[in-house]
Amino acid sequence: MEQLARLGRIGIGTLERLGRGHVLLLHMLSGFAALIIRPRLLIAQIHSVGVLSMLIITVSGLFVGMVLALQGYYILSQFGAEETLGVMVAASLVRELGPVVTALLFAGRAGSALTAEIGLMKATEQLSGLEMMAIDPIKRILTPRFLAGLISMPLLAALFSAIGIIGGHFVGVGLLGVDEGAYWSQMQAKIDLHEDIYNGVIKSLVFGFVCTWIALFQGHDCTPTSEGVSRATTRTVVHSALAILCLDFVLTALMFGEE
Amino acid sequence: MSPHPKDKNEPLVKIRGLRFFRGNRAIFDGVDIDIPKGSITAIMGPSGTGKTTLLKLIGGQLRPDAGTIHVNGQNVHQLNNKDLYKLRMSMGMLFQSGALLTDIDVFDNVAYPLREHTKLPESIIRKLVLMKLEAVGLRGARNLMPSELSGGMARRAAMARAVVLDPEMIMYDEPFTGQDPISMGVLVQLIPRLNKASRLTSIVVSHDVQETTNIADMIYVLSNGKVIAGGPSKQIANSTSFWVRQFMDGLPDGPVPFHFPAEPLETDILEN
Repeated sequence: MEQLARLGRIGIGTLERLGRGHVLLLHMLSGFAALIIRPRLLIAQIHSVGVLSMLIITVSGLFVGMVLALQGYYILSQFGAEETLGVMVAASLVRELGPVVTALLFAGRAGSALTAEIGLMKATEQLSGLEMMAIDPIKRILTPRFLAGLISMPLLAALFSAIGIIGGHFVGVGLLGVDEGAYWSQMQAKIDLHEDIYNGVIKSLVFGFVCTWIALFQGHDCTPTSEGVSRATTRTVVHSALAILCLDFVLTALMFGEE
Repeated sequence: MSPHPKDKNEPLVKIRGLRFFRGNRAIFDGVDIDIPKGSITAIMGPSGTGKTTLLKLIGGQLRPDAGTIHVNGQNVHQLNNKDLYKLRMSMGMLFQSGALLTDIDVFDNVAYPLREHTKLPESIIRKLVLMKLEAVGLRGARNLMPSELSGGMARRAAMARAVVLDPEMIMYDEPFTGQDPISMGVLVQLIPRLNKASRLTSIVVSHDVQETTNIADMIYVLSNGKVIAGGPSKQIANSTSFWVRQFMDGLPDGPVPFHFPAEPLETDILEN
């Protein structure tokens, strides 16, 4: 009986958190209009969330592209299809690895930083202080960060894919001797703007939305103590990773399921 | 515009039948408090009596379970968001931690409410900020970041920010806690000086008996969710009530027990 009651409490707690999360989301969305007249707030956050994530995205993209070329060459060469290496690298990156790996790195780098920042602002009463100054902390602090995440994610995913393709070229063409013309022309012929690139962009937009929402909610909803902030930061990374992988399956099934 | 109380003697803050619970624990159980205009009113009591909670209730950051809080004739908890924010512009609050924004310097912290709520040109904002910083003795520290300030300096900077919009009322949450004697002395002087110069109404929440008694016109002592004494500070300082004496004289045991409620020691020890 006690187990059942505990299960019930967990269920109610989860529903309450989901409810608070959605209320926060609506509150953040209602602040979008105010950002139009104060773009400086948004630009500062794009720098913090997006530009400062570029290094990790670039380096990771390069290595992922290089590994893809190595693994792809090994398999494709068994069928004499090395010329299609460019297509394989590009399709893998643009359709899947670009959005997914970027989102995972984004959650680890920018998401955790957002949660820690908002959580610490709550713990040090900065958010309460803003409220008492008659300033809505959600619209003033959270909304610019949310929109910055939403804008940055697709751009970072595009950067990841582009650098990955260059990394693949370096290994495939430079080290393994695949024909350079074949690498680029096959890619150009087979990668479709709608099927591949647009779908990748939609994925990265969805991941950016979810990751930034989770990160900001965890920071805003955390227990305002050092332990609370630390737990919230961990939850951001775990919940974001799970959400990204689940949503990736759902989106892939919807986008490519009928091919 | 906010309705002002018609009677000049009407208190600025009027709390009636306030009840507030955290879980099953009553933080306030039928509290009545009047904060007269232009006065310094101290809310005192042992740690955990809900002094900070009371300020958050007055500021509309928390909702009471029962009772009313009127500020300047307006029922705080019946205002819509827009009116509540308008009312808050006439209140300043000094948080225990200072609550300065850590990513901007002292000048920008003090200028923050002006930039958010007014369309004043930067040249005017600069003058106003420098005047407020001068009043708290931190004009020279305007370029320092909050992390470079001592605890006392952070509270003074926060004080400058709290009064920059010229509010009618300012609430101080434990302003003396953790201060060295010099910082404490500075704050003890600053609070009445600001109150008089800016014609403010001040609410000081504190458990520092000596300092608070010296500057307060009125004192309310809270314990166990109730007001156990309230009145002019001299009257409270000379009160013969056991409750008040235990708090004012810092006696370890009395009506507020030294021990947290527990089973008898013998039972506890012999249990295993």
